[in-house]
Amino acid sequence: MAKRDLGKYQPLSYFQLMEASLRELLVEKGIVTEAQIAAEVEDMRGRTPERGARVVARAWTDASYKERLLENGTKACEELGLDVPALKLVVVENTPQVHNAIVCTLCSCYPRMLLGIPPDWYKSRSYRSRMVREPRAVLAEFGLQVPEGVQIRVHDSTADMRYLVLPMRPEGTRGWGEERLAALVTRDSMIGVSLPKHPGTRP
Amino acid sequence: MIPPRFKTGDRVRVMKSYPPGHLRTPYYIRGCEGEVERLCGAFPNPEELAQMRDGLPAQPLYRVRFRQSEVWPDYRGAAADVVEIEIYQHWLEPA
Repeated sequence: MAKRDLGKYQPLSYFQLMEASLRELLVEKGIVTEAQIAAEVEDMRGRTPERGARVVARAWTDASYKERLLENGTKACEELGLDVPALKLVVVENTPQVHNAIVCTLCSCYPRMLLGIPPDWYKSRSYRSRMVREPRAVLAEFGLQVPEGVQIRVHDSTADMRYLVLPMRPEGTRGWGEERLAALVTRDSMIGVSLPKHPGTRP
Repeated sequence: MIPPRFKTGDRVRVMKSYPPGHLRTPYYIRGCEGEVERLCGAFPNPEELAQMRDGLPAQPLYRVRFRQSEVWPDYRGAAADVVEIEIYQHWLEPA
């Protein structure tokens, strides 16, 4: 094992210092407790893209659920016991004619309740500016070539809605159960920058 | 809540306005013309919320669909490609 230099002094960055100062003040003034902050952090870590994958797999296997999901994403998530507070969820469906992709050009709005903490690239200036400007080039960099005949719909989540892409169910998955299907649904396929895994892919 | 002025399918134009302060109307879409995809509901005005006011009455919020080829004159991609953006009613006028 490589020896790690744990003893070296690392000065706090401006924002780290601001976070620590604010947190200590809030605790000192009795507005929140350390335990509440720790619980919130744990809760946030517990949200993973597996939640979104469950929603997608249910929609793939249950046509009436899919209809409800596209009609009102927030309510349909509640049906699965997924609480999405303060989140007006809009689910957009990929079809052979339409490919959807999500971005937030103003900041980094993301359906955290269903996908967890966003990847760094989602928050990067490059993704946020280029995804609306040249989506086909950006998708190609993710390894996704969208044919000219397929319409690209980019959703810029600038205000109160949050978006989730419902990818197309991969071929060769006939008769598969929800759990097996959910394992094919990746985070990136629900952002719209890639497709679900191929059914032949080893886990 | 302010009553909605537009319905799905209406042609609208985003105001070409550059006020100071916190805005949720992206710069690149101001002055562009699109079509109302849906009414999302009504939400407190974020520009007011940012000034520590209550943002009420709530502003209707729409998802508006724009043709990429009209947003970016040099857009390289299919003519059918679109971008959909949430815009508050006070930024929209009939086109």
